Amino acid sequence: MAIEKIHTENLFLHYSSKMALNNISISIPEKKITAFIGPSGCGKSTFLRSLNRMNDLIDGVKIEGKIFIDHINIYDKNIDVVTLRKKVGMVFQKSNPFAKSIFENVAYGPRINGINDKKHLDEIVETALINAAIWDEVKDRLGDSALALSGGQQQRLCIARTLAVNPEIVLMDEPASALDPLSTSKIEELIVELKEKYTIVIVTHNMQQAARISDLTAFFYLGELIEFDKTKKIFTNPEKKQTEDYITGRFG
Amino acid sequence: MTKKTKKGKISTQSESGLIDITRKKFRWSDYLAEKVIKGTAFLSITIIVLIFVFVFRESVPIFSTAKAPAQTEIHSDANQQQETYGEVTDQPAAPEVQETYGEVTDSSEHAETTDESYTVSAGSGHDDNQTALKTLLTKDWVPVSEKPRYGILALLVGTFKITFISILFAAPLAILAALYTASFASRRVKEIIKPTIELLAGFPSVVIGFFALMVLATFLQDVFHYDTRLNSFVGGIAMGIAAIPIIFTITEDALTAVPKSFYEASLALGASKWQTAFFVILPAATPGIFAAVLLGIGRVFGETMIALMATGNAAQMGLNPFESVRTLAATIGAEMAEVVFGDTHYNVLFLIGSLLFIFTFVINAIAEFYVKGKLMKRIQGK
Repeated sequence: MAIEKIHTENLFLHYSSKMALNNISISIPEKKITAFIGPSGCGKSTFLRSLNRMNDLIDGVKIEGKIFIDHINIYDKNIDVVTLRKKVGMVFQKSNPFAKSIFENVAYGPRINGINDKKHLDEIVETALINAAIWDEVKDRLGDSALALSGGQQQRLCIARTLAVNPEIVLMDEPASALDPLSTSKIEELIVELKEKYTIVIVTHNMQQAARISDLTAFFYLGELIEFDKTKKIFTNPEKKQTEDYITGRFG
Repeated sequence: MTKKTKKGKISTQSESGLIDITRKKFRWSDYLAEKVIKGTAFLSITIIVLIFVFVFRESVPIFSTAKAPAQTEIHSDANQQQETYGEVTDQPAAPEVQETYGEVTDSSEHAETTDESYTVSAGSGHDDNQTALKTLLTKDWVPVSEKPRYGILALLVGTFKITFISILFAAPLAILAALYTASFASRRVKEIIKPTIELLAGFPSVVIGFFALMVLATFLQDVFHYDTRLNSFVGGIAMGIAAIPIIFTITEDALTAVPKSFYEASLALGASKWQTAFFVILPAATPGIFAAVLLGIGRVFGETMIALMATGNAAQMGLNPFESVRTLAATIGAEMAEVVFGDTHYNVLFLIGSLLFIFTFVINAIAEFYVKGKLMKRIQGK
């Protein structure tokens, strides 16, 4: 297995009194695509969001256990959450471009990091848009509002926006669930290309999607990590009965 | 009536065994409720229109040389008086007196002649309307005088000056308070701040005026050491206090309406809370904030009580914020009760009322249509 990027040890997470994650220990390798699958409410999105501490925003969340990224516990007291989120970028389920122009959407991240040089910004924006496979569609109208783009384009723009801050890890929370099949396949192609440079963790409801693009797959059920292995193994010869039942469509 | 329909319903059901939906029934309660609601809505609109028509109609005589019937009586009355006076007073002396009045508005010295000249001026209503129209765009507001002048420029300048000062004071405060409440305050703090500031919106303006007159004016004079105790600065701040709750509430609503996904997206890009609030939330809420400020302006523009109490009420043109000013609304408030019914002065006050009405109407219309229409569409990219 490749170099370990993310590692969790006995992670428990509670929403007020409800347990959402129960003793998760997992090791996610660098520059691979790791997919989390499982039925709704199984905790996979919650787990994803705890990897860049987005759960901090929700009232009443209590986390026990450890999450190491590059062997540093991100729940340590002296961790700068803002910098952590630069290192661990996130793409959301629903595309959420800002009410700004296409250019400004991508330039926002670099700008808040202190890059104000117009030429430098132009370069970063162009590279990010090329990497997110949307450059050809928007290069002539960078000044237009991002909200005028189609759903699929918006989502790729959001990926470009995430790439523009140059993260090491990209978390994706069902990035294609609200898109039509054509846009979905574009996003999937894009994700596969991105793994050359980034460690990608993707939550998906779509098992075919996980099978198509991921290197490793983790199956979550009722807040527990049931099985984690190479995607091929999970989809052809799972160890656990529950995993098999789920991927063959017997429940979920 | 109801009995019949009930019977009919039962019979149609029993005949075929199915519920008959082809026969339209007349529902009295629905009909009545609809008409009453409609009537009430139209009534309120009609009242507003009628008020405007009334206010505007009373200001019309200034623009026409023809006399209104109410004034003709006064006119004839006054003519008789004029004749009597004409014999008593020396004719050539009259213009002399008039000239003196024109420049020096000191009435105590010539207390005896004031009454006379007042009647004379009221009598010559014809010319009075014309002079009113002529002097309308000058800076002298001297409506009660031998030679009355109705220059509203100083009042306009005063009103705009005070509006400017109060918005300059209120808008940043209210917007920042709203930003804090919407983006930073914990839920518990928010639950205290929001109702408290909104409570201030229901604060009687006379109390704010009183506070400005007694406390604020003295305090600000001690701090800034200017000469006139009551001036546009004090008035502006006091009116700003009245405008803050309006701007705050609408801005806060606009900020809260910004999708949470913007907030999350920004934080996920490694932005701090502060950066998110200023560079994402605030710009996204711009149309709403614009509307909030406009409504604040509308509030200040028509504010009368605070203006009366805290601005000093001297119609001056200067741009110095520490000079006393007189606003349009305060002028109506101060003079309407003492004016001769149907007099030119009376008409001019109504003209001012019309102006206020039109300004406020335009401001609110901009807030409503421009913001909700164009600006919103531009920002949402449609």
